[in-house]
Amino acid sequence: MAKLTRDDVLHLAQLARISLSDDELDEFSVELSAILQYVEQLGGVDVDGLKPTNQVTGLTNVMRSDIVKDYGYAPQDLLGNVPAVQDNQLKVKRMIA
Amino acid sequence: MADWESIAEIAAKVRKGELKASDLVEKSLAAIAEKDEFKAIIVTTAERARERAKAVDAGDNKGRLAGVPFIAKDNFLVFGAETTAASNILKGFDAPYQATAVERLEAEGAICVAKANLDAFAHGSSTENSDFFTTKNPHDPTRVPGGSSGGSGAAVALDLAPFALGTDTGGSIRLPASFTGTVGYKPTYGLVSRSGVVAMASSLDVVGPLTSRVEDAALVLDVMAGKDELDSTTIDRDPAGYAGVSGDLKGKKIGIIKEYMGEGLQPGVRIQIEQAVQKIKQAGADVQEISLPSLPLALAVYYIICPAEVSSNLSRYDGQRYGYSYADAGNLDESYNGSRERGFGKEAKRRVIIGTYVLSSGYYDAYYKKAQTVRTKLINEFAGAFKQVDFLLGPTAPMTAFKIGENADDPLQMYLTDIMTVAANLAGVPAISLPCGADKPADADSELPVGLQIIAPQRADRELLAVAVATEEVLA
Repeated sequence: MAKLTRDDVLHLAQLARISLSDDELDEFSVELSAILQYVEQLGGVDVDGLKPTNQVTGLTNVMRSDIVKDYGYAPQDLLGNVPAVQDNQLKVKRMIA
Repeated sequence: MADWESIAEIAAKVRKGELKASDLVEKSLAAIAEKDEFKAIIVTTAERARERAKAVDAGDNKGRLAGVPFIAKDNFLVFGAETTAASNILKGFDAPYQATAVERLEAEGAICVAKANLDAFAHGSSTENSDFFTTKNPHDPTRVPGGSSGGSGAAVALDLAPFALGTDTGGSIRLPASFTGTVGYKPTYGLVSRSGVVAMASSLDVVGPLTSRVEDAALVLDVMAGKDELDSTTIDRDPAGYAGVSGDLKGKKIGIIKEYMGEGLQPGVRIQIEQAVQKIKQAGADVQEISLPSLPLALAVYYIICPAEVSSNLSRYDGQRYGYSYADAGNLDESYNGSRERGFGKEAKRRVIIGTYVLSSGYYDAYYKKAQTVRTKLINEFAGAFKQVDFLLGPTAPMTAFKIGENADDPLQMYLTDIMTVAANLAGVPAISLPCGADKPADADSELPVGLQIIAPQRADRELLAVAVATEEVLA
C-alpha cells in the first residue's frame, strides 16, 4: 500500500518546482497517502487485452498547412503580461553561473 | 421561475427594436450589484458591455443572440477585465485575445457582463478552493453552490443573466447545476473549442452552458459548437444543429444506471429520481435498469488522470511567462519555486504533487497507464450499454448541496462529490443535469434542488438535448 512520507513529498515538490512549508509537507503526506490508497483499487482490475485510451473521439495527427497567419496581434500585446521583457523577449534570471 | 424570457425571445425582441441591449445589460448589472452577498461574481466587464450594447442598439449586430447578456466563468479569456481562474498566480492577467467560445457568442450579438467565481483553476466541487472567496448557494447561503463552475450556477439561479459559461472536467458544469437548480450541459468532448480557456485536464475538459431552460442551453451550444483551427481536438458539429430541438419520450429506450442508484444515495434524492423515472415511463419511454460494472472505478481513474494532466498544464505558471513572479528570487530555481509556492493555492499544489507522483518513472505504469487502460474498459461498457438503450439516466450527484466547510478538511471526501459525473468525461460522452424537484435533508432549513442526469453516446448531442426538452416538460 502506497504511503508517501514527508521526504517523498519534499522530493516530488522539488521535481515540480514548488516550495512547500513544513506544515504543508506534513499535511500532504497524510492527505496524499489517503488519495493514493483510494486510487489503488485499480491495481486488481483485469484489463487483459485492453489498450490505454489517450484520446476519446479517435482523432489522430490533426494537421494544418504550415502557413503563417496574421491574427492581428502585435508582439507587444502578447508580451503585455510577461513579468520582465527586454527587446521583445522574456527576461529570466541567469541560468548558467 | 426565471426572471428572463428565453434567450431566443430576448434576441428576437432586440432585433425588432422592442427591447434595447443597453437596458438588458443594465438589468443584468443591477442584479449583480443587488445580489452581491452571494459572491457569484469576481468582476464585471461593465464598461465594455455598455459599449457593446450601444453598438447592438445602433444596429451593428442583429445576430441570434442580439443583446443577450451572459456571464463567463473566470477561466475564459475575455476582454474588459482580468482573467484569473480565481487563482492568485493569474491575478492581473489581461487577456491578449478572447476564447473562441466567447468570440462566437459575441459574433451573434451576445454581451459578456461579468466573470464568475470558481474553484481556482477549476479544481474543486464547491468554489471553496477559489483563492478569493466562496460563492454561496442561492437556495441556502450557508451551503456551497457546487463546483467548480459554482459562480456560473449561482449566477443563473439568481437571474443575474440569461446564461453563463462553464467548463466541465469531472462534473464542473453538472454538479453546480444540480446544487443550484439550473440546467447544465456538458457536450461531447471536442464539440466546443477550448482555445482561450485556462486548461485543467486536457483529455477531459469541455466548455458548456448553464441556463434556466434546456432550450436556452441548446441555442447557446448551437452558436459555440464546431471545429476551430485554434483547437485541434475539436470535432464537426451536427449538420442539423442543436437549436430549437423538440423531442418526445415515446418509445425512447432509457437505461437507469444501477450503480448510481445503490447505497450512499441521499434518500430524498432517490425519491425525486424515482418519481422522475415514473413520469418518464408514463410519457411512453421504454425504461429498463442497466449495469455498467466498472462505473464504481471511475473516480479512481479520474483522480489519477486528472492530477497527471493538471501537473503538466500548470507547469506553464513558472513566474517567467505571465502571472505572479516572486520578486526576491536570487536565481532561476528560486524564482520558479517561490512563484509557484506563493501563487498556487493548496488544491493546485496537491494536484501537482499527485500528478508528478503518478507520472514519475517507476510509478507511471502502475498508476497512469493503468488508469488509461481502465478508462478503455469503461468506454467499452458505455458502448455496450448504448447498444441496448438510447440514453442513460441517474442522479447528477448522490446528495444535495452540502454546507460550506463541511468537506474542507478532507480532500478525498470532497472528491467523492464527483462520483456520478466523472465517467461522462472519461468516456467523452455528452451529459446534462436537469432540475428534478427538491429535498430537505435533516440538517437543512430549506428545500434544496436535486439534479437528474441524462447521458448519451458521443456526438448524440442533438438527440440528448431533444430528449432533455421532453423530460423537462414532463417534470414541470
